[in-house]
Amino acid sequence: MQTPSSSAAEIAVTCRGLVKRYADVVAVNGLDLAVRRGECFGLLGPNGAGKTTTIEILEGLTLPDAGEVEVLGTTWAQDGRRLRERLGISLQETQLTDKLTVAETLRLFASFYEKGRDPEEVIAKLALEEKRKARVGKLSGGQKQRLAVACALVGDPELLFLDEPTTGLDPQSRIQLWDLVMGFRAQGGTVLLTTHYMDEAERLCDRVAIVDHGQVIALGTPRELIDSLHAANVIELGCEPDLPEAVLRSVPGVAELRRYGPNWRLAVGALTESVPALLATVERSGSRLLSLSTHRATLEDLFVSLTGRALRED
Amino acid sequence: MSKPTSPLWELTVCRTKEFLREPEAVFWVFMFPLVLAVALGFAFREKPPDRTPVGVVAGPAAGDAVAALQRSLLLQPRVLAEAEGREALRTGKISLLVVPGPPAVFHFDETRPDSRIARLAAEDALQRAAGRRDPIPVREELVTEKGARYIDFLIPGLLGMNLMGTGVWSIAFSVTTARNKKLLKRLLATPMRKSDYLLAQMLSRLSFLVLEIVFLVGFGWIAFGVAVRGSFVLLLAICLLSALCFCGMGLLIASRVTTIEGASGLANLVMMPMWLLSGVFFSSERFPNAVQPFIRALPLTAVNEALRAVINEAKPLTAVAPQLAIVAAWGLLSFVVALKIFRWR
Repeated sequence: MQTPSSSAAEIAVTCRGLVKRYADVVAVNGLDLAVRRGECFGLLGPNGAGKTTTIEILEGLTLPDAGEVEVLGTTWAQDGRRLRERLGISLQETQLTDKLTVAETLRLFASFYEKGRDPEEVIAKLALEEKRKARVGKLSGGQKQRLAVACALVGDPELLFLDEPTTGLDPQSRIQLWDLVMGFRAQGGTVLLTTHYMDEAERLCDRVAIVDHGQVIALGTPRELIDSLHAANVIELGCEPDLPEAVLRSVPGVAELRRYGPNWRLAVGALTESVPALLATVERSGSRLLSLSTHRATLEDLFVSLTGRALRED
Repeated sequence: MSKPTSPLWELTVCRTKEFLREPEAVFWVFMFPLVLAVALGFAFREKPPDRTPVGVVAGPAAGDAVAALQRSLLLQPRVLAEAEGREALRTGKISLLVVPGPPAVFHFDETRPDSRIARLAAEDALQRAAGRRDPIPVREELVTEKGARYIDFLIPGLLGMNLMGTGVWSIAFSVTTARNKKLLKRLLATPMRKSDYLLAQMLSRLSFLVLEIVFLVGFGWIAFGVAVRGSFVLLLAICLLSALCFCGMGLLIASRVTTIEGASGLANLVMMPMWLLSGVFFSSERFPNAVQPFIRALPLTAVNEALRAVINEAKPLTAVAPQLAIVAAWGLLSFVVALKIFRWR
């Protein structure tokens, strides 16, 4: 993992050697991170990788068993309450009070902050004007999630923590939420979010840490990470009878080869080189082609390449 | 929208709005005690003493006997065939079966108080009709003192029960729900002071305390003439202290449970014994002496005693001080333990 060369003033969040054990699992296992000010940083990993535990330790809601945490130049033990004034937090599964309206909920959260923003302004910004008098219980999933983010923004934070902000949302709501996060970042805010959607990490994050079994297994910009595969494309192939691994490995340009259900996944460089060669190989071996598809390599492919598992199995 | 003011105020307002938007909660707090008061008030309303039904076995002397018995204010005689009369006596439809004499014969069950009274009244009536002269003149002076009726006993008890139920439920439900929905954890992630949150729960509960008292006491007064004979200030002070005590118990119940079912079970475990033992519907004196010290140490018993002392008997503060001390002790103990073991997530 690379250590940022920038000075401490430009670092928003750091942690070193973070460990958290629960009764029978080690949720976080020696995790290091450094989030720079002004960037949108993503923790990407499958469910159960330790993302939520990590972010809740950074948020000062969970105590780590070992390791150090520094947020905005201070620690939770030193200055917890003052620190809360500067953070906006959206947890993974909070349900706000159903019986209160959108405006009432935001007004309540605004009252907790010394220099909070005008709730009306936040409502307008999150396109919730039409719903300002609606009870929280009557909102759609996307509206609820926007309100949760609004509650995090109403304190005018420097740093925004979002735990799985778009899980379970429809595509339109996801895009609305992404716009919000990008808007916050564009005004100089820092964002740390967790997600198990690779497209979310690719679209939204300046840098991504891929987390598995409580450790960071890869770190960089989405482009850097994908380039580290040394294979820009992925071919998925199914044929009958199946081809042996050695035969497929001999196809020119194949960097990696992996089982994917009944199919094979081949990470390759240029499609123009590998696809014709692959088809010729299938033909020569007398096998029948069942399926063939290709896509540009994604963070998902990197995760598969690093762990041998898919991001969203389990 | 005006700028949000203090978090304590906003939390209190939000909690109160939340309560008022829960029609069921409003019903249980305000309407249920009234419904109970009306139902029980009518069931035990004042009316002339019932006449006890007695049977007279049919025969030539039956008519005279009935006329004689009717002169007693306590008896309601009717003529029955002998077999029919015995059947009615056995099934409790009449308290006494008279076979006109002489000698007059009384059939009755000695273990039934109504039968013993009927027997005395019947003999008295028959002897008078036959010309008995009483050597000593007797005059009756009847009393029906206000403050001694069942409804006078009941209204303060219902008030005490309501103070307990509302205090325990409102805090326990709201805090447990907030924990269950991870709202407590979310609030913890803001700069909100924890003490503001807990204080707001209580302030919100106290905000409808006055309404509750006015509703129930006012209703008792208008509908049944149950007057508050003692000091209103003292009554309010007792209610306030009781409400705080039961808030503390609600908080204790909700200090760790994560589900509504769990909170509801615990709340029933705490309150059920007090509904039965603490003299809401009938005097707790009816329980054996051995358990009296335990019953009198229960907070609801102390609250009910204090309320009755002020409402029915116009007692001063000094007279209810021991009860108030018990209530305060329960409240304080509950708060201290609740805050010590409270879980925000």
